[in-house]
Amino acid sequence: MIQLTIITVYLALLLILGIFSSRLFKGTSKDYMLASHSIGPFLLLMSIFGTTMTAFALVGSSGEAYKEGIGVYGMLASSSGIIHSLCFFVLGVKVWSLGKKYGYTTQIQFFRDRLESDKIGILLFPILVGLVIPYLLIGVMASGTVVNSVTEGAFESSFALYDYGVPPWLASLVICAVVLIYVFFGGMRGTAWANTFQTLVFMILGVVTFYIIADHLGGLKAASEAVAKKNPSKLMRSVAPEDQERYEQAYAQWKTMAKYNYASKKLKSISLTEEQKKAAYAAFKPRMPNWQLKAETIFAKKNGLLKQLSIAQINDAYLWQDDRIPPETKPEDWDKTELTHEALQQYPRKPGAELAGYKIFADKIGHPKKLIDPKNPKAGKFWTRKKARGVYRATKWAPDAPHHIDPWKFLTYLFVPLSVGMFPHLFQHWLTAKNANSFKLPVVAHPVFIMIVWVPCVLVGVWATSAELNGKAMFPPHFPPNAVLATMVKMITTPVLTGFLTAGILAAIMSSLDSQFLCVGTIFTEDIVVHYGGKNRFSDKQTVIIARLFIIAIVALTYFFSLFEPRQVFTLGVWCFSGFSSLFPLILAALYWKRLTKAGAYACIITAISLWLYLFTMSDYAAISNFTINFGGDSFVSFTKPGQHIEPGIIQTMPVMTMILGSTLAMILVSLVTKPPSQETLDRFFPTK
Amino acid sequence: MKYAIWGLVLLLIILHQDLWFWDDATLVFGFMPIGLLYHAGISVAAAVTWYLATLYAWPIDPAEDAPVNSENPATSGNPVISENNGGEA
Repeated sequence: MIQLTIITVYLALLLILGIFSSRLFKGTSKDYMLASHSIGPFLLLMSIFGTTMTAFALVGSSGEAYKEGIGVYGMLASSSGIIHSLCFFVLGVKVWSLGKKYGYTTQIQFFRDRLESDKIGILLFPILVGLVIPYLLIGVMASGTVVNSVTEGAFESSFALYDYGVPPWLASLVICAVVLIYVFFGGMRGTAWANTFQTLVFMILGVVTFYIIADHLGGLKAASEAVAKKNPSKLMRSVAPEDQERYEQAYAQWKTMAKYNYASKKLKSISLTEEQKKAAYAAFKPRMPNWQLKAETIFAKKNGLLKQLSIAQINDAYLWQDDRIPPETKPEDWDKTELTHEALQQYPRKPGAELAGYKIFADKIGHPKKLIDPKNPKAGKFWTRKKARGVYRATKWAPDAPHHIDPWKFLTYLFVPLSVGMFPHLFQHWLTAKNANSFKLPVVAHPVFIMIVWVPCVLVGVWATSAELNGKAMFPPHFPPNAVLATMVKMITTPVLTGFLTAGILAAIMSSLDSQFLCVGTIFTEDIVVHYGGKNRFSDKQTVIIARLFIIAIVALTYFFSLFEPRQVFTLGVWCFSGFSSLFPLILAALYWKRLTKAGAYACIITAISLWLYLFTMSDYAAISNFTINFGGDSFVSFTKPGQHIEPGIIQTMPVMTMILGSTLAMILVSLVTKPPSQETLDRFFPTK
Repeated sequence: MKYAIWGLVLLLIILHQDLWFWDDATLVFGFMPIGLLYHAGISVAAAVTWYLATLYAWPIDPAEDAPVNSENPATSGNPVISENNGGEA
């Protein structure tokens, strides 16, 4: 309940701030959408930083580090420090200057003007909104998940299906409502103020949390040394031989268990007698739930009971144990060659397979603050439904193979942060600056701010791989990476700190959501309603009302989509960024290349979006989370297949590289063979000094 | 000077690809993985580079940098194309 109280107080503070900033609202549409170009260096830094740092900043950074190791800092953070500031410097300042001269409020207004094309807006509008919506969904859904996770057990008897915590749908609804209220009343000024407040909150709380976690893990040295001992691969970007050896042993044990489990439960060809079971249990030291199965497996193997299985049955056993969907037609060598782990992973996992944990552990699931057996406290407290799913995954599925980060993939990841150049909400923030000098502080401080937030989070994520609590690993295999930070804080700190950290995570999420909601409302109003309805048809006050109504509509629509829980949306994040990045050449050329023509711009957009759609389809609609375009090996170019481990020596590239190269090439070639822009346009955008 | 600044940005991108620390799990000061420390250094170097860029390669003239007078904006706030509205593309 303490956590819930802190979160509620925090949200109330935010509302007060939003309503206070609305008192400064001048009533004009320029003030509502651009804060009357009044934002100085500090507010601009904080609002831009808050906007670019999403749920990924705290939750994703620690989660990715838990999964991939320290390499994620170079891939996602130091690269962004270089590229984001590059975009602010090269694009932001120019955009602000032109926006001031010609009165732009949105990206589409600028492109319509620069490219002498009204219809470019019709092409760009659905693309920009389409790419922003999944990005919005990530924030809305992450907020629901985080609040639910930290409030488990807060209610005595309500919300049993949600582990007695605030249901994600309710938490998302409250977050949407809070953001909506301060954006509705405060507009861009309210958003900038709220972002500044929230950015300070998540930066300070992030650093405080880091020190408390380090202290609980025995200090900085002890926490890192545990990783060096147990998971050294997490401290570098290649696979340590000892990790590879540990994995091979664990996978061999899993294969034996899969065979025994399949033979005894599915084929029913093996059945240990009660005496055999007793002998098996006596020789085994119980360490984790479901240990009896391991004991029986070892017994069956030692006594040669598994030798009766054919290779086809063994392959069926692997699929069954790992909850993979069997192929309709078995491959020709199904009864001749045993599946490798890599081949096994190419079969998709049954959706919701882990829900079987509810049935298996039904007698253990309950209120997480109550004892299973009050007479026997040693039996512990009831499990949450999340824990039941986690134990199911950890005890049934094959262990993950360690993997390296490919240097080419690392290099081509540099293209992803170029997306900030085309984010419509960032474009709008740039236009709020009081003067060009206001950009200097954000350009310089942004990389350092990223470092302040990301280095502690990456260290915490890496430490989590090897952290122990009461002599047991804190996180079992297959633990959802995005839940690592919140779970760790909840397990080892006080409810007060958990409440504050949750407020910090929500701050990071809401400081992006507000700008995105405001931006989508603005582009609907300016680029569609006012543009096609006619500027003189609406008074300035009416324009503000229309923008506010659109903001309500887009918040409602996003919330509605989030109810369907499209979990794949998290993987969609990188695809959204890649889509924006593929349009980066357009904004760069529009500002710096006189020869860019209307046709060249259309070619750029159409090529970018066609390549995006094609590659997105090839990635099985983001289901292949490690999808890359690979050069070398058996064929000159190939796409990553599900579960495929790419051999060292093959060049792995992020799809965004191909998209950017394609859109740039199309833009240049078509521009060079089509009629240049009019002299009038060139004089306006490239005046001679 | 502008070329030197862009040279520094290019150098940062090259230094970002630190193949030399790929296999190195050394803990500096006993707790900081060397690969992470190096990239934190890249973040600081980026801030320094961009500071130099703001001093020596600022992309617009100081004359263009007058604050916007919101009470009396320089333009009508209406892009030319939306007034012409149509006939193109």
